[in-house]
This record gives sequence, C-alpha cells and structure tokens, in this order.
Amino acid sequence: MSRSLLSITELGAEGVQRILDLADTMAEVNRRPNPKVPALRGKTVCSVFFEDSTRTRLSFETAAKRLSADTMTFAVSQSSLNKGESLRDTIETIAAMGVDAFVIRHKSTGAPWLVDDWTTAAVVNAGDGWHAHPTQGLLDAYTVRTALNRPGGFDGMRVAIVGDIKHSRVARSTTAAFKALGADVTWVAPRTLLPPTVHEHCVDDLDAVLADGVDVLYMLRMQNERMTEALVPNLREYTTRFGLTPARAARLAPQTLVMHPGPINRGVEIAVDLAELPGAVITQQVTNGIAIRMAVLFDCLAANQDPTSDLERPELS
Amino acid sequence: MNLSIIGGTIVDQQGERRADLRVVDGRIAEVGLDIGPYDGDRVLDAAGLTVSPGFVDLHTHLREPGREEAETIETGSRAAALGGYTAVVAMPNTDPTQDCVSVVEFVRRQGRAAGLCDVHPSASITVGRAGVQLTPFAELAAAGVKLFTDDGNGVQDPLLMRRAFEYALGLGVTMAQHCEVERLTAGAVMHEGDCCSHLGLPGWPSLAEELMVHRDIELVRLTGAPAHFLHLSTVKSVELVRAAKADGLPITAEVTPHHISLTDELLRSYSAIYKVNPPLRTMTDVEAVRQGLADGTIDAIATDHAPHVAETKEQPLDQAPPGMLGLETALGVAVAHLDMDLIDIVAALSWKPAAIAGLGASHGRPIEVGEPANVTAFDPAEEWDVVPAQLASKSRNTPYVGVPLRGRVRHTVLAGVVTVENGTATR
Repeated sequence: MSRSLLSITELGAEGVQRILDLADTMAEVNRRPNPKVPALRGKTVCSVFFEDSTRTRLSFETAAKRLSADTMTFAVSQSSLNKGESLRDTIETIAAMGVDAFVIRHKSTGAPWLVDDWTTAAVVNAGDGWHAHPTQGLLDAYTVRTALNRPGGFDGMRVAIVGDIKHSRVARSTTAAFKALGADVTWVAPRTLLPPTVHEHCVDDLDAVLADGVDVLYMLRMQNERMTEALVPNLREYTTRFGLTPARAARLAPQTLVMHPGPINRGVEIAVDLAELPGAVITQQVTNGIAIRMAVLFDCLAANQDPTSDLERPELS
Repeated sequence: MNLSIIGGTIVDQQGERRADLRVVDGRIAEVGLDIGPYDGDRVLDAAGLTVSPGFVDLHTHLREPGREEAETIETGSRAAALGGYTAVVAMPNTDPTQDCVSVVEFVRRQGRAAGLCDVHPSASITVGRAGVQLTPFAELAAAGVKLFTDDGNGVQDPLLMRRAFEYALGLGVTMAQHCEVERLTAGAVMHEGDCCSHLGLPGWPSLAEELMVHRDIELVRLTGAPAHFLHLSTVKSVELVRAAKADGLPITAEVTPHHISLTDELLRSYSAIYKVNPPLRTMTDVEAVRQGLADGTIDAIATDHAPHVAETKEQPLDQAPPGMLGLETALGVAVAHLDMDLIDIVAALSWKPAAIAGLGASHGRPIEVGEPANVTAFDPAEEWDVVPAQLASKSRNTPYVGVPLRGRVRHTVLAGVVTVENGTATR
C-alpha cells in the first residue's frame, strides 16, 4: 500500500511527528560512510517538474537513491509543453511505465491533487502554485527541532516569518508545520504581501517583533517582479522595513535561529554576511531536506514496513 | 396535431388553479376543468404536475458558431427544452462574435432549424467584444436584437459605456453588463476570501463586481437608458441595485442557479468544475442574492449555461476556463435552494425574464385562451440526482453531481409542438 503526501494539513500533527521521527533514522543513515540502504529497492520514483527547481529535484532524487529506489525525471521543457499534451495524459503515460511514486512540482495550485486522482501511485507534492510545499515545511520543522533542542519542544516557541507571505507556498506549509507542533507563528509583512484574509497573527513592524524576542526568524525570498505589481515601492525600501540588516542582526539574540528556504536574494531579505549570524541554519535546512525527503518517500511507499529492518542493513550492490 | 394537457395545476401570473388545457394550431384554445376528451388529440398527462408558462433564459452560451465541440445550437436547445425553457437568449461571445446582423441571423436560423426552443441572439456592445468600437445597435435592433452585452467581459472604458447607454436611447434595446473591473481580477481564479487565501490562489474581489455595478447605476441615472445586470453575486451588488430601483431607475438584474446554491468552499476540491465567472462566493453572498430574488431586487434566474469540453475542465484551476452547465438543472436547483413560493420561482424563470428579453408578447404569457402555447409541465416535488452522461448538453461540466435537486421538468411545449415528453426530448 502506498499513500500520498499532499499537504501538511492533510498529514496532520501526528503525521508531522511521525515523519520527523523517521527523519532521525534517515539522518543516521546519512551519517554513515556508505549512506545507502535497500529500503525502497525495486521501487521507482519519478520526478515530474512542470516548474524549474533544480534544488528540490536534486534533493528528492538524492533521497530516493539513498533508499535504493530507481529514479526517473520528467522535466517539462517549454517545447514539450507546446506539444499540447494535457497534464492528465502526461501522468497516465508515465504511470503506464510502472511508477510507484510521483514527485510533482507544478505552478498551479491543486495540480498534485488532480494527479493523485488519476494514478494509484503515491504522489508527493514538491510545491504547487502559492499553495503548499509540505516537504519544505517538514524540513524546516526538523531543522528547528534538531538545532534548538528546546525543552518543551515547540510549545510556546515564537516563530516570525518575514516577507512575501502572499505568494509563498513555503510560508503556508512551514506555518502549518510549526503550528501543528505547537509553535506560535507571526507573519511579518506589509498588507500588500499578505493573503487577502489572514487568521495568523500579523504585524508590519519587524523591529517590534525582534524587540519582543523570537526563537526563529524565517526570512522569505523577495522577488524583483513584485515591484511592478505595486506590492512594494522598491527593494531598497523593502530591505529597510523587512530585511535582515546588520543593525537588526546585531540586535538578535545569539540563539535565535535564522532560516531561509533559498535561494537567497543577497542584499534584499538578508543584507548581512551569513558568517555574522551565529544562529543561521540555512545550510542545515538543505542537508536536512535529504533526510526529510527520505522519510517522506519511505513513509509513502513502505508505510507498513518496519523502518528498522531494511534501514539497518547497508546497501551493498 | 392538437394537444390536450390533462390533470395539472396551472401556475401563472393569475395564480394557481387546477385546470386542463387544449392547444390548437399553436395557441391555447381552451382552459378549464375536465375538458375533452377530444378524438385525435395528443394527450400529455400532467396529473400531479405544475403547468406554467415556458421558462425563458436570459443567459445561455450555445457556443455556435466557433466552439461546436462544446455545444451546438441544437444540443443547447435540447438541453433548454429539457429544462423547461421555450426561449433562450444566446450570448454573443461566439467566434465570430455576434456583433453584426449576419452572425445574429445565422444563430437565429440555426435555432429555428433545431426547433427545440426559440433562440434569440443577443449582440455584443463592442465589435469583437474588444471594448473599443460600438456595434451597429440600430441595425441589430432592426434584426430583432434586444439585449446587448460583452458578456465574459465587462465594458471597461467608462466613456465608451456612457456612449453605449446614450446611443441606445430610443432604440428600445437594453445594455446588459457583465460587471467586472478587470484591473482588480488579473489572473483571478476564485472568490477573494478565506478559501483563496488558504489555497494561495489569486482572488477575485467582490469589489471588482460592485465597482462596475455602481458605475453603471450612475450612468443609467445620467443617461436615462435602461440597464440589465448579469449574474449578480455579492452582498453589496444586491444592495446597490436595491437602492437604485428604489430611486426608480430602469434597472433589472439576474442571478444564476449556482450563485444561489454553491459557495467558494467547493474549490477546496481543486476541481475546475467549480470555477466560474463571477466566482462562487461565500454563504453570506448566497443568502444575499437569495434575499434579493425573494424581495424582487433581482428579477430573474438566468443560467449562464457555459459548456466546456471535459479536457479543459480537467486542467488545474488556474488554467481551466470558467463556466458551468445550467439549463437542465435550473428548476431543480431553484426549488431545492430557494425558500420562495413556487409562483415566485416560476415568475423568476418565466415571465420576468421574458419581459427583460423583450419577448413578453410570445413567452411567459398567462395560460389563457388565445395565448401562444409555450408551456412547461414539471413535478415540483420530484427529487433527483444529475447523471452527467445523461445530459443532453454536449458537455458534462455540471457542478451538481451529488447535490440533491428538487423539481423536474416532464413536458415542454413550444408554440404547440411537444419538445419534451415525459422527460425525453422528442427530437
């Protein structure tokens, strides 16, 4: 039996916990000299990316390979899109080749749910529109869990997510993951960069948030084209109000974690040398992404399998 | 052949009464208790049914010419007849656009050839619906066009819209506006609210509709020309129209079956079946348009029947075209979802839209001797489920699968000719 991972909401608090615990096991595998186990041998994982994302795709493919799954990649170039094949036909064609899991990235909200309706294979959402990016939410939560090692876990943890919430699937999924674990999340953004209606705690004064103290400062990527939509006047003003400037960095408590989903817009949302941020865990996020995606693929494809059995044994072939 | 409709309860402008009727040469020849039997008459059994003037749809996309893979005038007419309609107003967003007499005449001719309901073409306000140049209103009016609309789009330019109202004066035609300020809806996929915020989809603010409703109300006040508002969907739109009518302005309005029955929460299924323009809104909006219909602020129920081939609706939400089917389910939705007297529901489906469409002389007439025999007979209590494969429309994009409907058409008569008998189209 396989199951899909489409959103943090559908995964639920228990599911988040389960994946994070499984990721501990996977992280241990990754620390071995031969970081490869036969857990998913014979399974085929196909990455279908309708939107460019080399980083996420590499992370998933590395994760699949460390579990000994076979991997295929379907990168949708502009030319094949122009052939006019529908999403459904594309998925059904690949499914007919015998695929156990699809890893889907699509610019349209909901596309992974449609795919999930059309195939019996597991579907992992690797980002849909501005909507959801559940493995990012999970790796962020995992990074905080391993880096802070806070007594009481996430309960009462103060997380500030700063920047373009409106257009960010990362913000939505990471917020959902942190909240599922019990953290308090504050969104920091001008009204123009928030969704039309919000139920989170929202402020537009980053300095006030920092003065109150935060455990996690999560900076989102600010895209250049937002200016042409009159969402912010210009990037200089954005950085002045919402960027992590040297002055703000100096006021951060040393244990405050600084996170970013990458790629960083240097000088915009983070306008300070990362070396000057002792709490920066941006590289760890990337590393943890592998363990989380291994955990997710294992959870989706080997749900009923004892995680200790095949994971103990190194892959020899 | 003459026709007797026996055993039904008539509901029309005169109220409700038990009566049979007889049709001779396309007109009602006799109305009364226990008429006939007449040898050689075709008899429609209306026992337990409501017999009313045929329905009139102000807002039908028949897709022909140009998009015959989704619907043709014949298949759309058949769907209309099955829904109890004897007349539909064909929207002009065809390809080519219904912006000149020749295209309008083509649509009318195809409607006549199908012979399943009266197809009355509307025409666009601007050439090619491009929002730049007015269509020849007078020529089109002479060809029988009564309603003008760029439906699918609102006329964005306020100066052009002012000229359209002014030029229409005296021609006996009505501007019908699709109210949407497009600068506020760029890329919009669904109603702007909680649901779209959660789904991370570009939202369609209610304001985009309301701003244009407000603009056109003021243009009507300025010019004195009449206006009809298509598919109103928000609380504030209803309030604006209510106030304008209280001021005595010559304004009418319609609401779709889906805006009185469905909400934006359905988009959480990620299915583009629920994508429509204007979008499904919140329960508060649904209640407001229902109230508007009940108190007469909104005059008519109009389907905005918008067929799309399956492949297009299988696409992700942002890529799929907006629109849903409506003709075959309108009555069932209205009866199931409106807390109104049946006579008021029939009014909103029949004689009120007939008057707006300029068809008041032939459709939506009382069931009386001498009137044209455009009637429908339906069971107001029958509960039923939509089976997409059984729809007469060429397309399958109904949002009502799994939604209980109440009220189903059994017979439809167009100018004395039976187009639907026992729920089956006769041609």
